Amino acid sequence: MGSYIPNTRAQQEAMLAALGVDRVEDLFAAVPREMLVDRLDLPEGLSELEVRRQVTAMAAKNKIYDTVLRGAGAYRHFIPSVVKSVVSREELVTAYTPYQAEISQGILQSIFEYQTMICALTGMEVSNASVYDGSTAAAEALAMCRERKRNTAYVSACADPQTIAVMRTYCFGSGMELEVIPERDGRTDLEALKTALGADAACVYIQQPNYYGNLEDARAIGEAVHAAGAKYIMGCNPIALAIMETPAACGADVAVGEAQPLGLDLAFGGPYLGYMAATKAMFRRLPGRIVGQTRDADGNVGYVLTLTAREQHIRREKASSNICSNQALCAFAAGVYLSAMGAEGLRQAAKLSMSKAHYLACELEKIGMPRIHAGEYFHEFVCKCEKPEAVLKALDENGILGGLPVEGGLLWCVTELVSRDELDRAVSIIKEVC
Amino acid sequence: MKLIFEKGAPGQHLTLMPACDVPEAALSRPRTEPLELPHVSETELTRHYTALAKRVHGVNDGFYPLGSCTMKYNPKINEDMANLPGFAQIHPLQPEGTVQGCLEVLDASARLLGEITGMDAMTFQPAAGAHGEFTGLLLIKAYHTHRNDTARTKIIVPDSAHGTNPASAVMAGFTVVNIPSGPDGCVDVEALRQAVGADTAGLMLTNPNTVGIFDKNILEITKIVHDAGGLCYYDGANLNAVMGVVRPGDMGFDVIHLNLHKTFSTPHGGGGPGSGAVGCKKLLAPFLPGPVVAADGTGCHLVQPEHSIGRVKNFYGNFAVAVRALTYVLTLGREGIPEAAKNAVLNANYMMKLLSEKYTIAYAGPCMHEFVMCLQDLKDATGCSAMDIAKGLLDHGIHPPTMYFPLIVHEALMIEPTETESQETMDEVCGVFLHLWDVAHSAPQTLHDAPTRTPVRRLDEVGAARNPVLRYTPHD
Repeated sequence: MGSYIPNTRAQQEAMLAALGVDRVEDLFAAVPREMLVDRLDLPEGLSELEVRRQVTAMAAKNKIYDTVLRGAGAYRHFIPSVVKSVVSREELVTAYTPYQAEISQGILQSIFEYQTMICALTGMEVSNASVYDGSTAAAEALAMCRERKRNTAYVSACADPQTIAVMRTYCFGSGMELEVIPERDGRTDLEALKTALGADAACVYIQQPNYYGNLEDARAIGEAVHAAGAKYIMGCNPIALAIMETPAACGADVAVGEAQPLGLDLAFGGPYLGYMAATKAMFRRLPGRIVGQTRDADGNVGYVLTLTAREQHIRREKASSNICSNQALCAFAAGVYLSAMGAEGLRQAAKLSMSKAHYLACELEKIGMPRIHAGEYFHEFVCKCEKPEAVLKALDENGILGGLPVEGGLLWCVTELVSRDELDRAVSIIKEVC
Repeated sequence: MKLIFEKGAPGQHLTLMPACDVPEAALSRPRTEPLELPHVSETELTRHYTALAKRVHGVNDGFYPLGSCTMKYNPKINEDMANLPGFAQIHPLQPEGTVQGCLEVLDASARLLGEITGMDAMTFQPAAGAHGEFTGLLLIKAYHTHRNDTARTKIIVPDSAHGTNPASAVMAGFTVVNIPSGPDGCVDVEALRQAVGADTAGLMLTNPNTVGIFDKNILEITKIVHDAGGLCYYDGANLNAVMGVVRPGDMGFDVIHLNLHKTFSTPHGGGGPGSGAVGCKKLLAPFLPGPVVAADGTGCHLVQPEHSIGRVKNFYGNFAVAVRALTYVLTLGREGIPEAAKNAVLNANYMMKLLSEKYTIAYAGPCMHEFVMCLQDLKDATGCSAMDIAKGLLDHGIHPPTMYFPLIVHEALMIEPTETESQETMDEVCGVFLHLWDVAHSAPQTLHDAPTRTPVRRLDEVGAARNPVLRYTPHD
């Protein structure tokens, strides 16, 4: 069996002797005898080489696509080599939450830098240290906006269905009401929104670009939300933010999103990274960890976890949230990614993704697969497809992951990783089956 | 140390992407604000983050006896397995037939961890312990709601519990009933009997509890709750003490969360990502978040539980963390799992014995995987607090124990060595602890001034909260 126990049998016995007990089992005397496990139904332990073979065999059963034209909440972008190199530093990987600030300055400063970058991207004034993912960030944002007399949250039907599902679950817990604002031609129905918002409206959540890749009229929605006295939450793709109007410019009170595109692997859905930022007026309602700058006993600049009076370990049942971790290593990766890309690199990634998506949409239209929505979009779009199964199968056989089947057609996504040649090849394969 | 924003110069950048090979598209309403991101060369970038990494103490750097956090060694093969391209490059929305390996990981993890905990079904969606608590409590809520037993609105939590327990209960829409602990740190069974009733939705408990004692009345406790119509939630924070020795399912618990980043050796990453997998008995399985994995003769499938509470997170949770935990369980196996627990308990008792030479142990042993010291008497005698001792440890390259928790012990230091520390290390560390006890008596100011050998000294937390500076602005 494999083991990571350093003490030899002889050392264990010496320690037992120091304790004056004969067997280690004697230390478990408080456990009722009848409850002790006789024999676990587990396989025998293995050597490292055997485990490696077994787990590698599992990984080999998955298919790695050469070309990925699917997003819908998880995006394969280019990750500079320096990201993995830096993020694999063992000090960071093996540390806990930075409770002892004096020996955790590296983590704390990296989070402070991450918070600064999230503020830069979103235009918001305050960012927290991150939460689990984009969907939980959105669900936590609803709770931030709840008031005694405002208990209903509204979410656009054009938000990621998984995000809506997570919101629904959180609301089942908290007792907050959740209403869905209908869609109209692939966008949030602004008139329906205006009609729906009543005196109990706590907040409205929209996604930008939305689930279908379309750009919402985020300013107009924001004005309608504020006119009803509610808070405005925007869930934004962080790479799109390099070229798109910021949530701050659109009047958002809270900006959240899935930051997986910032240097994190697809990894079958996780770990990912949820960013959360707010206006100054709202920041004390942010859940989770926040890092602040301060000085040490000698007057040197340093960083600490701060504003902890909001948090569960102090407030217990009165806390703003139960969250007590962040996705520190993922936030670290996002920080390294943004530093490597810089403003110009991020803009380039956004422009390349958008331009290539438009190129694919244009080529698909030429072979009879037009977009089903009008108007502007970023790097995802839905196009009509008469034979989705045949199309996806043909692409699959050629190592290409095609668009995701959604109502009305296929939801395609293109990032800067995909070359024009790959797109042309995909289109010619599709043409064969259509 | 400078911030990344203060390094490099405008115009410095890495060369990462090719020129655009298609016609360029643009938005009609583009971003108008400048985008203030760092502008550094690759050399500078690497050096900056390497310097940051050097200002962090991880398990690889030295002893890390942070009570209730189980800072055991993180095996390196776990990282290799999680980073296999066959896992790392898999899109979560690929067709089921192309992700059989991923589904097998989740299925095997659920079965093996289910066997270790005595649970019938499991979800890996929760991303952390607190997220698992929230999920487990929603299962309890959905169970009662499904039975139209809607008067069950209260969750009982002992006063020794971690702060997440009451906070999670409130997020799940429950009212919290705190019950006191007995003088032995365990549940006051009479107080529990008084607290339960027709409004009891459930009880949240760790066992061993937060003072490191196995509650010997556990079967009576879970029976009292069940007899009142409530369900029992096991906070898996302390499972490392008993895995393979006794199972929460056999103690009478209906639902449990595991901290894969504690008990199952996956790294903490400076605060995440972790995984708070939730296991439950059959009666709660229909309510689990979906989808879950079901295996049959044709392979693994994603299915939605019949009365699912819905999603608690996108996709399937922190999948790559589950890969690491599975790797660990396969390595240790049938004999290794209880062996780890027994050595965790042996190590804790050994340290407790050595430290009891001078320090006051809050609760008489034997302890489980951790123990709590009460430094009130030291503080009364010397003016040196638990905080001062903790800061003194920093100057010796030792990560301090958990401080001031649980709340029921004054001047608490909670020590959890884990099974992956050697006798030699523990002897050295205990020597430092005993030395600091002497210093507290002979030169207390030294400890008030500690640390002096760390990258920064004690930081002004009050000032940080009073005057929050939460991001860099170039003009400051």
